[in-house]
This record gives sequence, structure tokens and C-alpha cells, in this order.
Amino acid sequence: MTTPTLALEVLRAPRARPANTAYVISLVVLGVLTLAAIFAPWVAPYDPDQVDLGAVYASPSTAHWLGTDALGRDTLSRMIYGARTALLAPLIVVVASTIIGILLGLLAGWRGGWLDSVLGRIFDVVFAFPSLLIAIMAVALFGKGLVAPVIAMSIAYAPFVARLTRSLVASERSRPYVSAYRVQGFSGGWIATRRVLPNVTPIVGAQSTLNFGYVLAELAALSFLGLGVQAPTADWGAMINEAQAGLLGGHFLPAIVPAVAVVIAVVAVNVIGEELSDRIGGGSPA
Amino acid sequence: MTAARRVAGKLGGLLLTLFLASLLVFFSRFLVPGDPVSFLLRGRKPSPEAIAQVTAQYGLDLPPWQQYLNWLAGILHGDFGRSLQYRQDVTAVIGERLPVTLGLVVMAGLMIAVVGLVGGIVAALNRGRILDRSVLIGLTVLGAIPSFVGSIVLIAVFAVQLGWFPSFGSGDGGFLDTVYHLVLPSIALAVVFVVLVGKVTRSSMVDQLGREHVEVATSRGLGRATVVRRHVFRNAIGPILTVSGLLVAGLIVASSIVEAAFGLAGIGSLLVQSVDRLDFPVVQAIVLLVVFAFVVVNAIIDILEPWVDPRSAAGAGAR
Repeated sequence: MTTPTLALEVLRAPRARPANTAYVISLVVLGVLTLAAIFAPWVAPYDPDQVDLGAVYASPSTAHWLGTDALGRDTLSRMIYGARTALLAPLIVVVASTIIGILLGLLAGWRGGWLDSVLGRIFDVVFAFPSLLIAIMAVALFGKGLVAPVIAMSIAYAPFVARLTRSLVASERSRPYVSAYRVQGFSGGWIATRRVLPNVTPIVGAQSTLNFGYVLAELAALSFLGLGVQAPTADWGAMINEAQAGLLGGHFLPAIVPAVAVVIAVVAVNVIGEELSDRIGGGSPA
Repeated sequence: MTAARRVAGKLGGLLLTLFLASLLVFFSRFLVPGDPVSFLLRGRKPSPEAIAQVTAQYGLDLPPWQQYLNWLAGILHGDFGRSLQYRQDVTAVIGERLPVTLGLVVMAGLMIAVVGLVGGIVAALNRGRILDRSVLIGLTVLGAIPSFVGSIVLIAVFAVQLGWFPSFGSGDGGFLDTVYHLVLPSIALAVVFVVLVGKVTRSSMVDQLGREHVEVATSRGLGRATVVRRHVFRNAIGPILTVSGLLVAGLIVASSIVEAAFGLAGIGSLLVQSVDRLDFPVVQAIVLLVVFAFVVVNAIIDILEPWVDPRSAAGAGAR
């Protein structure tokens, strides 16, 4: 019972049910996107910022698979480069908010008492600020770009993680194995970090992956609003922002391609996140 | 616990949350290193008048807690200070643009309620069947379409290609014309939120359908429709209301995306524009308004719940 379930073991565990096609497809899609992002300079057919005024709004062809935008830049290449910020920024937010949230949740759930009440009240206040609003506020304070929003959103998402961790830790605390360690003279801090933490981390981690899609969409929205990644940098949100004018003139591809990329990425990470939570058993400690 | 004491307790919690939120909104400015005058006047010529104006507005020569109290006292009188970009009172600037956002949020809210409830109920009554699965897949797909993606797809298809709806602005001010102009924007806004209401409706209904009291009602010879209406749906409302309350703030913030895409002059686009033009007093006011709307709506739902569902007043044990 006390053996910690590692996320990797769960991934490798023999399946109790038939392979989930959507999950496998999503893993492949996310894998391809990740590889494209990492190896963008080798994979992309063109330099994403290469202006070609002779090929403005070119239709899809063998030269430009997904056409070109208002400045004749290759849409496919820009989409591939855009995957970099689209995947890296949410990854940072999810990892940072999970670490902050687990630490705060462990503190609140293990200590209980006034500390728990104070932290709970602070979480309630943060919940009243939608994460996109916190990101916008961060830009208002510290200027445009992704650095301030990424830090702000790591803080905005932490209370969700903390609340789940807190409830898991609180129910874990009353289990017999904790009392057994106490009787043997182990310190509370040691039991909390070495024995309780490994038991709750996989569940919390799986739930956190579900935040990835939200963060990705919100950061893309921020760049779409012109507050995040700035044009002419190739970023999905910024690309849609730049392509808005052409949309009214009937040039759909430069806007639709990054939009579809956002949707595909969000669906893929959501399917993976839900499958992981199902396998690990979100909520009830195994 | 009596109803009066419960309501008083909730109101106390509400005021505390609002107070803490106001601290956060006000003192966030102090996180920025450097001189507050130059922060507030970024991108503007620091003329003596401008310096005098922000110094007076924020009382920058006073200690921080005194600045906060003055700011809070102003807000309680409906005075959010002066906008740096419009040289008008913030309250007037926001008031002008509030109707568009409210219209947008109300229309989107209605769409979310209708589609979410119908989808969730249909899925729950057909649970495990093809219809259930297709509704769930449909909801999941909708949930993956962020409002900016929805906006550009709707503009491309229904405004540019088919020409059925306008792609820009909120019309001439007449009621029907405004509604007509807000159709595409409110669909774009509603799409991503439908999944939450739909899924919670479905799971809440499924949960009730499996209960003994439903079997008892059915065995008493009540018709299927009556059982679903009186014994299943009524009991399933609680969680649906709670989730709907949580959507409020998200809807207002997401409306900034939709307003930007459709060129609507609401408070969402005002927020973005004010961030862009470094008009911090307006940003502060809108952030506070969104938080206020969120906290108040959720408190109302919280307080009303026992009337909708008397069991929740008796505590979780009665469920």
C-alpha cells in the first residue's frame, strides 16, 4: 500500500482494458509536435521570418504546403517554429505550479490548524482572479512578452494543485502507516516528505497535466491580444493576430493553420491528461 | 444553523475575500521596482501637470496604507480615478462600454445554459449508448476550441464566406441590431464553456438516476417524464448551479478576446487597450470589477442554494 506508484510504472503497466486509440493517437501527435519544435531549424522548409513579397498569400503548393501569409512568409515553417513557445511556456507553467502547489498543499494538509485556514483563504482569493486576468495584469505591470505572464500563471494555477494535494494529504494523514511511522519515532517532517508525498504526487501530477491545455490556450490568447509574444515572432497566437486583417479579405489559411494547431495540441494534451488521471485514479488514493 | 446566521456568515466571507482582492489589486503596483510616478506615466511625457495629476490621484506623497484607504474610499463612492488615455473619469469610460460586454455575456450565458443542459440531459438519459458517447465527444471537441479560434472560424465562414452576419462592431444601438451583431461573438464566447455545464449536468443526472428514490418513484407508477423532471433533474441542479457560478469571471475575461476579434467596444477590449496604452487606473478598475462580479455571483448562488435544494442547508450528511 505504501509503495509509491510512479507515473512511469503506470504508463508501462499491463492494460486492464483495450488500448485507447484516442490516447495513442494523441501521444503520437504530441510527440510529432515536440520533435518538430525541438528540431524546427532542420524540419521547417523555410526561415520563418523570410519575407517574399513575390509570393504574398500564395495558395498551398509543392513549394509552400500550407501557403504563405501577407508578407509571403511560409505558413508551415512559421507553424513549426510556433510550436516552440506553444509547448515550452505551458510546460514551465505546469511544472512550476505543480511544485509550488504540492509544497503549499502538503504544508496545509499536514500541518492543518490556522495555517490551513490562512492558506485556504488565500487560495479562495486567487480563485476569484481568472488566470488569463492575472496574466493580463502581469503584462500591465511588467510589460509585454511571455516572462511575466508565465510567472503569474504559475502562481495562478498553484492553488488548484494545492487544494487537491491538501485533501489527499489530509486523508493520508489518518492512515495506519502514518501512525506506524510515528510510533517508530520518525519525525513528522520526514513522514510527510518521504512517505506521504510520494503517495500523493502521481495523482496530483496526472491532474496537473490537465492544466497544460488550458495554459496553452490562454497564452496563445494573450499573444492573439497582442500582449504576449510580439509580432513578427512566429507564435501561434501572434500569427492569428497578424492574419486577422487578411481574414476579411478572404485569406483564411494564415489564420486557420495556427488556429487548428492550437486546437490539435489542446485536444492531444487533454486526452493524454484524462487517460493518465483515469489510470492513476484521480481523487481516491490507491 | 438558522438561515439568517448562515447568510451572515457567507456575507462576512464575501467581504473578506473582496477586501483581500482589493489589497492584491492595489498593492500589485508596488511590485514594480522604481519610482511610482514614472511607472504610472510610462510612455507619456512627464509634464508637471501630468505628474501633479497622478500624484494627487494616488496620493503618492502619502504612506502606502494611506494611499490604499483613499483609493478604497473613492471606489466605495464609485470613483475609480481618472483614465490616463481618455482624460475622463474611469467610471464614465467603463460605464460607456459596459452594456456591450453585458449583452455579450448574457447571450453567451443563455447559449451555454441551453446547449449544456440539453446536451447533458440527453446524454444522461441515454447513458452508455451511442447518443451519450456522441454528445460527450461533441462537448469535448467544443471544449478544445478557444474563443480566439472560434472567433476567426466564425468570421471566416459566416461573415466573410457566407456574409450572413457582420464581422465588426455592435451595430446602430437598436436592440435587434445589437443582438444580430452579437450572435457570432457570443457563439465564439460560449463554445469553450459549454463542455463544463454539459459534463456536470450529465454526471449529476447520472448520479441521481442510479439512486433508490428514483427506483421507488418509478415503481410507484410515475411516468418517465415526471420522474426525470421531479426526482432526477431537481436533485441534480445544485452542482450545475455551482459550476455555472464559477464560469462568470471566465466569461467576462474571455469576452476581451472576442471583443478584440469582432471590434466590439466593451470592457474586455478596453482592458486590453488600456494595458497596451499603459493606462493603469483603468486596468485596476476592470480587474476589480471582474473579481467583484465573480465573488458576488458565487455568493448569491451559495446563499440561494438551500432554497433550490433544501438538503444542502441540512449539511452534506443528508445527501
